[in-house]
Amino acid sequence: MNDETSQLLSDTAEKLFSDHVTKNCIIDAEKGTWPDELWSEVIANGLNLILVPEELGGVGGNWMNAGILFKASGRYQAPIPLAENIVASYILSLAGISQPPDSILTILNGAFVAEKDLLSGSSPRTPFASHSTHGVVLYKDDSDLKVGLIEIDKNHLKDNNNIALENRGHIELDKVSLIENSKVDCDSNLVKKLGALMRSNQMAGALESILTQSVRYANERIQFGRPIGKFQAIQQDLAVLSTHVAASSVAADYACSSMDKGNPDFAIAVAKSRIDDAVSVGAGIAHQVHGAIGFTYEHGLHFATRRLWAWRAEYGSGSEWSKILGEKAISNGADKFWPSITEGNLDI
Amino acid sequence: MSIPFNFRLTDFPVEAETLRLEVREFLSTALADVPKETRAETWYGADEGFSRKVGERGWIGLSWPTEYGGSGRSAMERYVVLEEMLTAGAPVGAHWIADRQSGPLIIRYGTPEQQEKILPGILRGETYFCIGMSEPDSGSDLAALRTKAEKKGDKYIVNGTKLWTSGAQRCQYMIALFRTSKEEDRHGGLSQFIVDLSLPGVTIRPITDLAGRHHFNEVVFEDVEVPETMLVGKEGDGWNQVTAELALERSGPERYLSSYALLQELIKEFSERNDYEGVTEIGRQMAHLTTLRQMSVSVAGMLNDGENPALEASVVKDLGAVFEQDLPNIAHRLMDLEPDVQGNDFQKYLAILTQISPSFSLRGGTREILRGIIARGLGLR
Repeated sequence: MNDETSQLLSDTAEKLFSDHVTKNCIIDAEKGTWPDELWSEVIANGLNLILVPEELGGVGGNWMNAGILFKASGRYQAPIPLAENIVASYILSLAGISQPPDSILTILNGAFVAEKDLLSGSSPRTPFASHSTHGVVLYKDDSDLKVGLIEIDKNHLKDNNNIALENRGHIELDKVSLIENSKVDCDSNLVKKLGALMRSNQMAGALESILTQSVRYANERIQFGRPIGKFQAIQQDLAVLSTHVAASSVAADYACSSMDKGNPDFAIAVAKSRIDDAVSVGAGIAHQVHGAIGFTYEHGLHFATRRLWAWRAEYGSGSEWSKILGEKAISNGADKFWPSITEGNLDI
Repeated sequence: MSIPFNFRLTDFPVEAETLRLEVREFLSTALADVPKETRAETWYGADEGFSRKVGERGWIGLSWPTEYGGSGRSAMERYVVLEEMLTAGAPVGAHWIADRQSGPLIIRYGTPEQQEKILPGILRGETYFCIGMSEPDSGSDLAALRTKAEKKGDKYIVNGTKLWTSGAQRCQYMIALFRTSKEEDRHGGLSQFIVDLSLPGVTIRPITDLAGRHHFNEVVFEDVEVPETMLVGKEGDGWNQVTAELALERSGPERYLSSYALLQELIKEFSERNDYEGVTEIGRQMAHLTTLRQMSVSVAGMLNDGENPALEASVVKDLGAVFEQDLPNIAHRLMDLEPDVQGNDFQKYLAILTQISPSFSLRGGTREILRGIIARGLGLR
């Protein structure tokens, strides 16, 4: 896919989300209503299949393309598991498994094992579990790594939410039948890495959203006879926010691009770590600039900031990924520190 | 409002990666005798012998067109040379300014006579430049500068004072911004000159910095006769020329690598201590450094494509200075060691970088000025 396709993808996502992700849509979703119309549009445009090869009925795009969609969903705080479905359908495609028609996928994240195609294990905080029809799971079967597909059974599911009121169900499986499964040759920690990659991109998008909202508000809100954005104190704060937004976008792109090059471990850790810091600084500034109104439920700023606070802790916090980087850097030794950065690789 | 900057990722071409290995090989022997104190200062550390060696390699003016004696290679290749030199602590300070901005300025705006006279010496690593912008009453407010250059026959008579001029004591030339006429518009009436610092009437006085180093200077001009042939570009066009120069000055690897040596020493200390406290912080700084590098490389790519990423350059410089300034404080927090120029390597680096770090957000545009530029880009001014 070339630049033109990326632009087309970006335009499609922008149009779709700006038409359908209204404030009421997000509020209803927070009360547990599934945004059927929004989801139908996403499916109709095939956005969930961006990473699935064409021969398996997908779009055949790359991770830079997927990153555009992850970021857009974060920018609009779309209350749907688009990122999760992109990643889940990708994992299925790795094993050559086709997605069941009209299914909504979630990704199980936890240690799972299977015996005679009966799967056991638990996945705490499974994204959008209660709205999903099927779960994709990476598990061990003896010494084999496999991808499996299960039907989501409400009896195995305990509902829960993250602080952004996105559904995060606890799934507990004891010898549950896999409806499909196949051996796969991939990293056993793939779910966590791809989870960190998608959340990093979504956060980069949501950070853009809080920047644009804050600049707009600063230009509208009048105090002392002029827009507060005319005060240098506000300008300097918003400039700082924007530098973190820029850094997050670059870190997220770097992770996607490294994924496309088949060498993502370093860049994903960098992205999740760097963007976590951006959230801490950025969300604080956005709220400070908005004053009391941004602290109300009525105002929409929190749709982005609550997601940022939830997402930075999912699939490993920034500290957890920093620790991975730091341990490697130290064991590699000082002389290899710079080469590991220029090569984007910790295993040198 | 949409986001006003666009950092698209840029990959280094294969030839740049090949060059990287050549540079590493060269530095592994060329730096053997360079003391830690000099290495800690990176592009403020100067060694004329080293500069000549770099010149011999063809690594000064690497991306200048071949018709001007350059190597005609890409800005991306030049970037690789710079970042390898800086992370190795190479004393590149003598030729740094001439290579980065004075040479390119002379190529862009200079006369053939100026180019013939000056560029070969720069390329050999023998001719050095300093930048004459700031004055006693003109710091962040550059347009307030007052040093006058009055046309008299075929000469300009210069009177006034330049301040905080880095490295003037070892430079043959200054690229100076002088006021050539009084205009309503403060940005009008400014012109750039190549000033031979050996001319009668030029006095260079050292200013000792807080760490006791002689780094910057006061340069006084008393009836200095600068030949009109040394005017760079058009008379009165100085402001625009300087602004274009600043994009080159603000986004390079020197804007986030100043404290790099300390991070590397920190890793050494942690390996030796076998103490994993602080490992998370090292990883976190690695994430910041890597992201900054991708941003800075992206700007290099835009410059290479002939774009004008002035806003993006300001973002890199602002974030870069925060990173460089955080490191000495982080290093202090993680280690129980005093900064000490007589101490071990870590302590030496800590001593030097702690003291020079305040300059990181002053030189090349203060933090407040940069953030003002960014705020304007955001549509707030």
